Amino acid sequence: MPPVIQVSAVRKTYGATVAVDEVSFAVNEGEIFGLIGPNGAGKTTTMECIEGLRTPDRGAISVLGLNPFSDVYKLQERIGIQLQEAQLQKRIKVWEAVDLWASLYRKKRIDGERLLEQLGLIDKRNAWFMNLSGGQKQRLFIALALINDPELVFLDELTTGLDPQARRAIWDLVRGIRSRGKTVFLTTHLMEEAERLCDRVAIIEHGRIIDIDTPQSLVNRHCPERTVVLATDDGSAAERFRTIPRVDAVTCSDSQFTIRGRGDDLVTEVIQCLSENRIRVTDFRTILPNLEDVFLKLTGHSIRD
Amino acid sequence: MMLRGLWKLTWIELKIFLREPLGAFGTIAIPVLVFVVTGRIVGHREPSASLAASNFISVGLPVLASVLITISAVLSLVTIISIYREGGILKRLRATPLRPQTILTAHVVVKLLLTAATLVLMVLVGKRYYPVGIHVPLFGFTLALLISTCSILSMGFLIASIVPTARFAQPIGAVILYPMIGISGLFAPVAALPPALQVVARVVPLTYAVSLLEGIWKGDAWSAHLGDVGALALVFIACTALSAKVFRWQ
Ligand SMILES: Nc1ncnc2c1ncn2[C@@H]1O[C@H](COP(=O)(O)OP(=O)(O)OP(=O)(O)O)[C@@H](O)[C@H]1O
Ligand SMILES: [Mg+2]
Repeated sequence: MPPVIQVSAVRKTYGATVAVDEVSFAVNEGEIFGLIGPNGAGKTTTMECIEGLRTPDRGAISVLGLNPFSDVYKLQERIGIQLQEAQLQKRIKVWEAVDLWASLYRKKRIDGERLLEQLGLIDKRNAWFMNLSGGQKQRLFIALALINDPELVFLDELTTGLDPQARRAIWDLVRGIRSRGKTVFLTTHLMEEAERLCDRVAIIEHGRIIDIDTPQSLVNRHCPERTVVLATDDGSAAERFRTIPRVDAVTCSDSQFTIRGRGDDLVTEVIQCLSENRIRVTDFRTILPNLEDVFLKLTGHSIRD
Repeated sequence: MMLRGLWKLTWIELKIFLREPLGAFGTIAIPVLVFVVTGRIVGHREPSASLAASNFISVGLPVLASVLITISAVLSLVTIISIYREGGILKRLRATPLRPQTILTAHVVVKLLLTAATLVLMVLVGKRYYPVGIHVPLFGFTLALLISTCSILSMGFLIASIVPTARFAQPIGAVILYPMIGISGLFAPVAALPPALQVVARVVPLTYAVSLLEGIWKGDAWSAHLGDVGALALVFIACTALSAKVFRWQ
């Protein structure tokens, strides 16, 4: 099956600023694909080139087999878009916006009222857009992106400005989209969001893609370090831990041991060592690296810097 | 179809406009009030006014009122489009199958409806002060006004498609449109203007609109004004086509 989105060597500049530089990747049908990177990395520019809203200087893009520039209207029928920054008419009511959007598409299968309910906006259906809170506006824009039951949904910073509860609700909604066989392309700078939601992520910085893979593979590849922290009174424990092949360092303060090593097997091997030597532990936990650490490793700085 | 969503958008835009503070009052009530007040002042004059003056009152004034209302509708169209552009509303609308023509058409229909409402009210309340109105071919005049309005609005599209910011929209529109009234033949016949201005008057669409409106108001046959209608249609087609090309979403 051909990929839903195919981006090849796309470049986009604004004056002297190179916003997107030789970016290539593919998004497959039915996956949630995330583009992650710090502010100004080129996420929105990349996404809007794919949506047909901006024209790249160079490179080729194919979306659902269409060219986003020459077939822009055909493409819009089949995709749903939530822009990072958007406004509606100040005095348009929530239900009117949903009703209007529903009328713009050829096919109508989604029930607008149900969508508002799912997004927790049903009691705001008569409110004017200008009187909605930031999070409510955001949820309305997500509703508008889904109104045509699109095959491919673009979500640019989907949970910005949402409280944790609303964020979880949106995550569930996005997973629901995937479970109906649709494809989701999103950007975020929340690593937790990328980790929990995305099947695959592309890390982008300064307009270039640094790496693409599943969150787990990225972590395994770039951050193989694993840490086990445990507490025991056993005097010979430190000695024993140092004999485990994958262990790099063991430190101890009071009766708390920190065992650092690499590879997924480290935790198992520590447990084996404990049971073979009948070491009694009163506390045991692991510290595993996440995407945040991958990002730090690859770019030399945290995503929030 | 190309204009999918047009009626819904038009209906919503009309409601939104009426929700604005001063929306209905400013567009409909104020012109009608001004019209009535002018009517009272002019109407109480001695009937022995000079022929030119009475000609202006019976023909020029209604046409001037129509043209002014049309132009203010165009200016408000220009302003709304540029506010929508600056606020990112156009960009959001663009990320749908909606086309720029549909958006412009919806706003034009809203403006036409409001203009029509204003004019109908004027005719109704103005009857007392402007008894000439009774002899006017209302249907023909309405048609002539519709043609003129579409043509002038199309100039509005073009301005709206390219003005850089909302703050400039109103002044740029005003600077382009209001001087056209001066040389349109409304105050002095085009033939009486200096030759250079006559040339300008011949290319300014408003001249044809005024000629058409005055003629129909006085009871001329449509066949006498085919040239005007043709010129207005030409302006409409040219401006609409051009603005669809140069329309800026953001
Ligand atoms: N319309 C524009 N005109 C000029 N420069 C632009 C424009 N759009 C983007 N840029 C520049 O291109 C670069 C990438 O911007 P982009 O909006 O794609 O970043 P982003 O990854 O989406 O950032 P954020 O996380 O802040 O949304 C930035 O340096 C930005 O200043
Ligand atoms: Mg962005």
